[in-house]
Amino acid sequence: MASTVDTLDRELAGLDALDLRRTSKASWAVRAWSATWPKLAAVALALLFWQTLIWIEWKPLYAFPPPAQVFATLGDLVATSEFWLGVATTMRRALLGFAVALVLGTVVGLAVSQMPLLRRAIGSMIAALQTMPSIVWFPLAILLFQLSETAIFFVVVLGAAPSIANGLISGVDHIPPLWLRAGKVLGARRSSAWRHVVIPAAVPTYIAGMKQGWAFAWRSLMAGELLVIIAKTTSIGVRLHFARELSDADLVMAMMIVVLVIGLLVDLAFAKVELGVRRRRGLIEPTG
Amino acid sequence: MTTATVNPPEPARAERLGRTAVSIRNVSKTYGDGHSALLALDDISLDVGAGEFVCTVGASGCGKTTLLNLIAGIYHVQKGTIDVGGRRVSLMFQESALFPWLTVERNVELALQLRKVPKAERRAKVAELLRLVRLDGFAENRPHELSGGMQQRVAIARALAQEAEVMLMDEPFGALDAMTRDVMHDELERIWTSTGLSVLFVTHNVREAVRLGDRVVVLTSRPGRVAEEIAIDLPRPRRIDDRGVSELAGMITDRLKAEVRRHADDTGEDQRG
Repeated sequence: MASTVDTLDRELAGLDALDLRRTSKASWAVRAWSATWPKLAAVALALLFWQTLIWIEWKPLYAFPPPAQVFATLGDLVATSEFWLGVATTMRRALLGFAVALVLGTVVGLAVSQMPLLRRAIGSMIAALQTMPSIVWFPLAILLFQLSETAIFFVVVLGAAPSIANGLISGVDHIPPLWLRAGKVLGARRSSAWRHVVIPAAVPTYIAGMKQGWAFAWRSLMAGELLVIIAKTTSIGVRLHFARELSDADLVMAMMIVVLVIGLLVDLAFAKVELGVRRRRGLIEPTG
Repeated sequence: MTTATVNPPEPARAERLGRTAVSIRNVSKTYGDGHSALLALDDISLDVGAGEFVCTVGASGCGKTTLLNLIAGIYHVQKGTIDVGGRRVSLMFQESALFPWLTVERNVELALQLRKVPKAERRAKVAELLRLVRLDGFAENRPHELSGGMQQRVAIARALAQEAEVMLMDEPFGALDAMTRDVMHDELERIWTSTGLSVLFVTHNVREAVRLGDRVVVLTSRPGRVAEEIAIDLPRPRRIDDRGVSELAGMITDRLKAEVRRHADDTGEDQRG
């Protein structure tokens, strides 16, 4: 009797061992380098292209300055506290607007995904809202809220929320029915089913929606800061606006690089989260 | 060959068997309505005794999956009655249906959490269940890191965490390779004898049914009806290649083939008509 159980035990352990996937992890430095060098190469190529345009004198230098000059301006810029104050204002608006959009988009997305009637009523409306260029909202926003931060928030939230809602809705739509049935068998009902099954199962597409929502929020914010100039407040958009007024091409391009870098950093953060989700769920084919 | 039995509490088992865990009476189920209505189950009556291991076999379209979903309460019973006497029922699928966003441990724990078991008790209970299915070394792993057989063992642990007295199994080993399946049979038999579960196990693999069941119920197809019930009195533990198992399996397979032949005529008539 004991020996039977022992044999079974060893058979199971043997099968388990044979079935397990062996993973070898490359060192941190190797992985970091292999992720970084293609990006560096791309930046170098872009700079070379820019410099070539200068060499062939495509435009006069006061309108289109060379990279070295722009980076020198950027270097001086980041040494000033006024610059960081402006970045802080912009980022505060972006994050706050995005957070509000996240809550709104999630609530609407969940409601629409769970209520067929609501979906029939406003489902396609959400998709339509998503395609509406956010700048179209500004005339109305300014009429409603004057030249104020509220006007900017209004447009940022309207820009981002539909994407987030859509991401969640499509994530819920694509949940394998087996998981929902499994949840039901385990006794998940209504709110516990949402919390333990529906939302976690929808996460990959939900995150994709958030990423797109962020892109819309960021665009809306830049448009807003260029249009809605509030007295005595500095922000990235305001700096960009005045740089153009003063025909300061160096500063215009330096500020554009700042916008690009912030976009890049946020994208990196999203990519990291996405990669983590895919890895934990086994959605990444092991290489090597 | 030793005569040792793996069922030490034999009297207790016999006593339990006297009671009925699942009672299915005259249950019918139709999909759709009007002209396109499909009768999936037709007047099925079936009992599973407490602590009994019942296997049902049938060709495609015998409504096995429908029957399990009705018992588990996923579908509503339209006609007839299903009585589980207030017992907790768990359902296992062909795929493990583990949640990929949770670790092995959390998957099992979720079943406890949804039953409102206090957090302090959950840890110990999960560890105990993982030991029972011999996966205590894999608590922190993610489901995708495990093989199919290991995933099904986690699913068994999760079902046991529900403290189910009735376990419904829908071809749970259908996707496994033959070697792993053999070992899983031994494993399931061991867990069943040590827990006293009532099992209704659905499969299209007749040998598997005879290997595992106290009783094999043969279903007809389209609509599903009970064609025959065969008590399997072979001693346990059994092996899938025991002579007794293969002889009985052969007989039941013949019965099923006759049933499948009957449908060849049906289709012919449908096309002509």
